Amino acid sequence: MSTTIASPRSPYSAPRNRGVNWEKWGWIYMRASGVVLIILIFGHLFVNLVLGEGVKGIDFAFVAGKWANPFWQVWDLLMLWLAFIHGGNGMRTIVNDYATRPLTRKILLAAILVSVVVEIALGTVIIFAFDPCPVGSPADLLPSFCPVNQ
Amino acid sequence: MPENSAGTMTPRRPAGTLYRGREGMWSWVLHRITGVAIFFFLLVHVLDSSMVAVAPGAYNAVIDTYKNPIMGLGEIALVGAIVFHAFNGIRIILIDLWSKGAKFQRVMFYVVIGLWVVTMAGFIPRQIMVILSEVAH
Ligand code: HEM
Repeated sequence: MSTTIASPRSPYSAPRNRGVNWEKWGWIYMRASGVVLIILIFGHLFVNLVLGEGVKGIDFAFVAGKWANPFWQVWDLLMLWLAFIHGGNGMRTIVNDYATRPLTRKILLAAILVSVVVEIALGTVIIFAFDPCPVGSPADLLPSFCPVNQ
Repeated sequence: MPENSAGTMTPRRPAGTLYRGREGMWSWVLHRITGVAIFFFLLVHVLDSSMVAVAPGAYNAVIDTYKNPIMGLGEIALVGAIVFHAFNGIRIILIDLWSKGAKFQRVMFYVVIGLWVVTMAGFIPRQIMVILSEVAH
């Protein structure tokens, strides 16, 4: 019986577990979402901070006016999901780099996960479900298209 | 610096680390710090925007706390962080995916700084006008 000894220079093939390579997809996601986020975030900053009166012009009527338009609803929804998953995954990388005690690491990772899930859920509900013309509110605070202002 | 037996240079006083990164290290440090800062801002920003679902007056009360010179300067810092992170993000992507990316990583760092200066030179005067209009109000 002879034992086969691999040539010393043959590449080491680690036993690979089959299944989805999540770290690879995370790496791809960071880059793909980054490219889309540049357009979404720069557009968001330009419309809200530079055009019109800048931050001075932002109030309930301004936001309600934007979210009356499906274009801005989809824009903000995409920005919310892409940014939080990108940011949350980036924070995960950083925690994995610096948290040396396993318990600390688990707590921090759980905190990131919970805050990302809660903020995405909250933001998504608000963009689509808030009322731009709540009854009983002072008319001068509401957008011009509300019935009280017609 | 003393030369050791291997003929390489060793820093006289290694202060904590032997690594003396240049553009590569500092771009990474800045990318990391700006990423964390933007993340924490975003946590607060979704909460303040959520006030639209409480009441128009509640939202306006929160957003009015942003309309002063201190927050106005804070917005310059925030935009500066986002713009650096965004442009350096493109640099990272190019280093990873473009065949010449690693070779030009240092040049690209200075391109990022240059584009950042140009973008901020456009934003800061506009923001100062907004801040002054808030003060005059
Ligand atoms: C404006 C468009 C953006 C671009 C082009 C961009 C690009 C990138 C890239 C390429 C990476 C490196 C990923 C890796 O090393 O695998 C990264 C990391 C990161 N990003 Fe972004 N990003 C953007 C927006 C954001 C936003 C909005 C946030 C926060 C919510 C954020 C938070 C982070 C964090 C925390 C990291 C991890 C940093 C590290 O590991 O040192 N980024 N980004």
